[in-house]
Amino acid sequence: MTVHSFQEHFDKKIGSDVSIEPRDWMPDDYRKTLIRQISQHAHSEIIGMLPEGNWISRAPSLRRKAVLLAKVQDEAGHGLYLYSAAETLGITRDELYDQLHSGKAKYSSIFNYPTLTWADMGAIGWLVDGAAIMNQVPLCRCSYGPYARAMVRVCKEESFHQRQGYEIMLTLSNGAPMQKKMAQDALDRWWWPSLMMFGPPDAESGNTEQSMRWRIKRLTNDELRQKFIDVTVEQANILGLTIPDKNLKWNEERGHYDSGVINWDEFWNVVKGNGPCNKQRLDARKNAWADGQWVRDAAMAHAEKRKARKEKAAKAA
Amino acid sequence: MAQQTTNKNEWPLWEVFIRSKAGLDHKHAGSLHAADAEMAIENARDVYTRRMEGVSIWVVESKNIHASDPGESESLYDPANDKIYRHPTFYNLPDAVKYM
Repeated sequence: MTVHSFQEHFDKKIGSDVSIEPRDWMPDDYRKTLIRQISQHAHSEIIGMLPEGNWISRAPSLRRKAVLLAKVQDEAGHGLYLYSAAETLGITRDELYDQLHSGKAKYSSIFNYPTLTWADMGAIGWLVDGAAIMNQVPLCRCSYGPYARAMVRVCKEESFHQRQGYEIMLTLSNGAPMQKKMAQDALDRWWWPSLMMFGPPDAESGNTEQSMRWRIKRLTNDELRQKFIDVTVEQANILGLTIPDKNLKWNEERGHYDSGVINWDEFWNVVKGNGPCNKQRLDARKNAWADGQWVRDAAMAHAEKRKARKEKAAKAA
Repeated sequence: MAQQTTNKNEWPLWEVFIRSKAGLDHKHAGSLHAADAEMAIENARDVYTRRMEGVSIWVVESKNIHASDPGESESLYDPANDKIYRHPTFYNLPDAVKYM
């Protein structure tokens, strides 16, 4: 087949919703876009463990601690599913890590905000995981098979994350005035960064159009953001908390909530590395990797030694 | 299945297959890195069976998997296309014939 007919074959598959698998021919830009998106997603899961890890040892009860541990462990798992999906595109795990550690690859900016109180564990589960689910559900039908399959797994596990967060918010909201205030404060701080998680507005999102054509993306940033706002407002009402947006109003005609303008300068500033915790997060990650080097080397040496011993024993027998 | 990549410092890549319950086949779940088979099984337990998804795990080092070439799928699978007589629906039987 010529390159032209490869391309035609690929387009036909995309057009008829047939999955693309690792060994199939694919355009270079499709491969590059996927590596960028999947790895960014994987890095977000890994860095995403840090803000919550901050509260594991300070969880208010054993139940909350066990739940938070399980959630953080899931996030490690999600990172691993996604890294292995990215590796099917011909990039190594070490290269992926290098890109994260050198700052070449990005992760979700939301994790560059600090977790100041226990209520932040509630707000993160409810809002941050809620926004992530909104983003991830359509990805289960993404055109690239290994990514779609990883997302099916992730989505199955993610819904517990959101529910446990909402439950924390519910408990605080029904508690003492101080506790309710703490919940409101967490909502105030996490609301806008959560909306930013869907990425820049469609008009300024350079990759959206091509990604939609390739069926990597199924819905635009603004569509997903709107869906998130629409479902979350009601959830906030049940908690008796106020979403920090004076312009939030139901629009009968559109059948959606109208909302205020997002501070995109803040978003880009955090993306560029100037958020409150960018340096702390990346340093924690880099140190963990560097400090674990001897463990990885030792495990490899041990495996080789054991293999050699086994071979020797087999020869002697 | 992940593509073969070589990097000296990296732990080798393993493909993980999981039997979700007795009586079913092992099914490909994903891949992971581990220093040896034993560690691959332990890691697979943590990564792929946190919610009782399996009762048995197989791991195979990725470099030992041989796969058919998608470019050859026409010559590999097309010959089966014109042998519809291999399917029971090919045969017309009177309605009076039951249980067949």
